Amino acid sequence: MRAPRGLWRPVVIAVPFAVLGVVFLYPLALLAAEAFANPGGGYGLGTFAAILAGPAFHDALLATLRIALTATAVCLLLGSALALLVRFVAFRGARTLARMVDVYLAFPSFLVALSLTFLYGNSGFVRSLWLSTFGFAAAPAARSFLYGFWGVVLAEVTYYTPFVMRPLLAALEVIDRSQLEVASSLGERPWGVLRRVLIPELVPALIAGGSLCLLLTMNEFGIILVMGVKNVITLPMMIYGKAIDEFDYPAASAVAICNVALSLALYFAYRQALERMPQ
Amino acid sequence: MSELIHSRSTRWLLAGAGLIVTAVLFGLPLLTLVLASIAGEWTRALPTHPTLAHLRAALGGAQRAALWHSLATGVGATLAALVLGVWGALASRDAPRLVRRGVDAVFLLPVAIPSVSIGLALLVAFSHPPLLLNGTVALVGVTHVVLITAYAYASAQAGIARLPAGVEEMAGSLGATPSRVLVRVTLPLLLPQLRAAAALGFALSMGELGATIMIYPPGWVTAPVEVFSLTDRGSLFAGAALSVWLLATTFGALWLLDRRGSPRRTALARRRSDA
Repeated sequence: MRAPRGLWRPVVIAVPFAVLGVVFLYPLALLAAEAFANPGGGYGLGTFAAILAGPAFHDALLATLRIALTATAVCLLLGSALALLVRFVAFRGARTLARMVDVYLAFPSFLVALSLTFLYGNSGFVRSLWLSTFGFAAAPAARSFLYGFWGVVLAEVTYYTPFVMRPLLAALEVIDRSQLEVASSLGERPWGVLRRVLIPELVPALIAGGSLCLLLTMNEFGIILVMGVKNVITLPMMIYGKAIDEFDYPAASAVAICNVALSLALYFAYRQALERMPQ
Repeated sequence: MSELIHSRSTRWLLAGAGLIVTAVLFGLPLLTLVLASIAGEWTRALPTHPTLAHLRAALGGAQRAALWHSLATGVGATLAALVLGVWGALASRDAPRLVRRGVDAVFLLPVAIPSVSIGLALLVAFSHPPLLLNGTVALVGVTHVVLITAYAYASAQAGIARLPAGVEEMAGSLGATPSRVLVRVTLPLLLPQLRAAAALGFALSMGELGATIMIYPPGWVTAPVEVFSLTDRGSLFAGAALSVWLLATTFGALWLLDRRGSPRRTALARRRSDA
């Protein structure tokens, strides 16, 4: 559609932006206003100061970063290994796998948390298997590892590894095979080909997939909520708790502003990485 | 495929290891969910007393309502997001570079913002006059549209970049009005991208939890929120059963969308009619 000429043109062009302005930019502005409003009136950093003074925000930020960085590192390692396997060992399965990855992306993340509860939870499959095989519980009193840091990491790795594999599979498809053959025929061992030829070619895809994964794991909420992890409070969980349990909208908004700023910084890094990826 | 690994046995070993990891890490959770939805009891290693009671119960009462709410929200929000995204992409296509970058930023921004924060922003904004939407179904719809418009916009933009050069101008110079060009030329050419965007948007909307849980009114509980409240109360099997229906609905809709004249199919049909 070339927009109609004359008077109507600016109107036709402006409609979608006006809608987005009302339903998205206006709420964001009010979120900021709520966060920066001083209780006594006027605007300032009072709410932020109050939040930063306590240990809760500090702990939540640290938990968010630790979980996201650990999960992303594992996703990158596992995703690369699986993508390389698919490309060099089971090439015929690559198409099917790429399709399965696409289907997996339509799966909501919190369902992973639910199914892991059945698998590794306090009365889950693995514990019952152990009990019925050996006749005693491995660690009867202890809660399963699932309801802590490593449980969240396992769920996020399960869910987000395909997000890392996608750009890697795309990058592996355009790699010049003759380059690998030349390296091999010049006496380079497989490990050397991997390290000196393949990995340098994959760096843009690794950065793109890794930063997307980091962005998504930092903002992950459903997994932690549904898993019922009590001792791991990330930034999104803190926002939810402040707003829904405590009705403290200013504090929730201030945490949200911090979370949004962090997330935007990562998003721009991701866009930069995408632009450097060969199309 | 042997540029890298020459030994046949090593290749088999690696393929086997990859298959096992994939099965345990990705296949097992999905299988577990399905097994749990038909488990009467799960106190041993494997579920016992298989039953369809949970699945049947999930099609009645609050759970059936939740499924319907999710489906209605998903369809409505996807359609609205498609209109908004395509309109935005078409309107900004001839804009100067700088304007386009700004438009891109606004349309793609929701992707970069945590969904809980988007939910909170909408909750804060629409609890005040002049726009009082708090506690209404409309707020759920608006929230989902905000969350998925970015994908429709990005898809439409990718499609526009790939439009054959000059087709629209040609139609215009042959006397077609701009609206006719839009309906008969531009949109049909964008159809593959629109279908992909619809599939992604619908799937995201059906599984959305983070923003919805901040803003849902008591009368419009969506399926993910219902799954959470079921499992939170300890009704794990009921939660699994509702999840299975949620997934079935989502994938059923995606399958329909994929089947109805997918590009491969139409190309095949064309080749057949040529022959």
